Amino acid sequence: MTAPAATAGPPGGTESSAARSAGRAGIRERTLRTDRWWIPPLVTAVGLAAWVLYALVRTAMQKYYWVDKYGYLTPFYSPCLTQSCVEGAAHFGRPLPKFPPLVPFGIVALPFLLGFRLTCYYYRKAYYRAFWLSPPACAVAEPHAKYTGETRFPLILQNIHRYFFYAAAIISVINTYDAIEALHGAQGFRLGLGNLILIGNVIALWAYTISCHSCRHIAGGRLKHFSKHPVRYWMWTQISKLNARHMQLAWLTLGTLAFTDAYIALVASGTLSDLRFIH
Amino acid sequence: MTYKAEFRVWRSAGANTSDGALVDYTVEVNEGEVVLDIIHRLQATQAGDLAVRWNCKAGKCGSCSAEVNGKPRLLCMTRMSTFGEDEVITVTPLRAFPVIRDLVTDVSYNYTKARQIPAFTPPAGVAPGEYRMQQIDVERSQEFRKCIECFLCQNTCHVVRDHEENKPAFAGPRFFIRAAELDMHPLDAREDRKDFAQREQGMGMCNITKCCTEVCPEHIKITDNAIIPMKERVVDTKYDPLVWLGSKIFRRS
Repeated sequence: MTAPAATAGPPGGTESSAARSAGRAGIRERTLRTDRWWIPPLVTAVGLAAWVLYALVRTAMQKYYWVDKYGYLTPFYSPCLTQSCVEGAAHFGRPLPKFPPLVPFGIVALPFLLGFRLTCYYYRKAYYRAFWLSPPACAVAEPHAKYTGETRFPLILQNIHRYFFYAAAIISVINTYDAIEALHGAQGFRLGLGNLILIGNVIALWAYTISCHSCRHIAGGRLKHFSKHPVRYWMWTQISKLNARHMQLAWLTLGTLAFTDAYIALVASGTLSDLRFIH
Repeated sequence: MTYKAEFRVWRSAGANTSDGALVDYTVEVNEGEVVLDIIHRLQATQAGDLAVRWNCKAGKCGSCSAEVNGKPRLLCMTRMSTFGEDEVITVTPLRAFPVIRDLVTDVSYNYTKARQIPAFTPPAGVAPGEYRMQQIDVERSQEFRKCIECFLCQNTCHVVRDHEENKPAFAGPRFFIRAAELDMHPLDAREDRKDFAQREQGMGMCNITKCCTEVCPEHIKITDNAIIPMKERVVDTKYDPLVWLGSKIFRRS
């Protein structure tokens, strides 16, 4: 009465020979899961790939990054430090020479932001599962014959996450400055929908940055005796609450970044007119 | 409501098959039952020689770990009401460990790893009975004391599940929470636990894909509260030049 075993969902394949060895149950299927386990990694892969593609196109565009009338600067081009940059958008001067085509104006900050997200403990889980299939889902065999984890170059570099966190915190300060600067017009305080979007994005960025596991460790996690450090214990407690939402914040900020940039691009190109509340 | 369910249960060589196979059974299911109840009914009615390890039937002894429809679960905590009446339910032993018979696996790998961890070490001069600590200092470690040693996390972790050859070098999530429990303990005086976690337990092999946390029946936040904090502590001692410099300048350990 032995029934043929059903393999759940694509992709197929069988488990590795290592897994079949050592007296284990000789089950040939890669997994016996019957749920659609392949959906979360697929959604992650599509979501991340779409975002990276959008960011690549937008950063290489070298235009529609600044709305002079309302002082909106997209976070993808901040800080704008090149001679190629429109003068008003360069909040911190233009010490760098003109950039050739396709080179992102925000090149000074972008590698650090990319590094922060690449080494982030949440994104690591996301891309190890979605792109490297290591593993694609829990209790689903991975396709690789060998595995050394994060013990060797280049993945051992994941250990410098905290330095990218420091850099990301500085860049969040710059983004905050950009958002506040946009509120000051020639006639004083001004407010439009774009300002609200910029401020919302900055709040989300701070929430994501502060909820970082390295930040949680630095703030208090590394201590042995919380009772001797009440302020750091309080900070650790608050960051721990945010940290439990790190995945949601990671996706939220991808959304707010792309949305903020798209809104500013549409206003800058004249496709959309900004909804103004004050001036 | 009583109904007949279709079960496929892994039987080792020598039971009904020559080299181990999934065997079909049709078995009665009553309202409120869990998978372990059905396995027991199989033993009582159709397969008297079916081997299954169990003890408390309350999700606290960690004995009845197995895989139900491919997911690592406690048999006694998996309600039949979570499945459709027409669903075929597949029960297999833990796939990362050698099978002793049917659903019973040899989990001695875990005991070997447990023995390798240096025991709790109080400061010199503090005798048992003199331990005093504050609740906020010890509460992080207490989360990890909830572990019932069902080894579902060990079984699910792809580092050993998919790579038998990694077993000598990798201790697994259950023992990373033990490492974190001791390293965070306010009265543990050993200072080499981070080094041990990296060198002897193979913490660097973990790629934090969180399956251990997903399957934990005690809902211990294994990855967020133990593995990642331990990885960060290893970074403090191994990879962070600023912390290293600070410890030299201020002579802190």
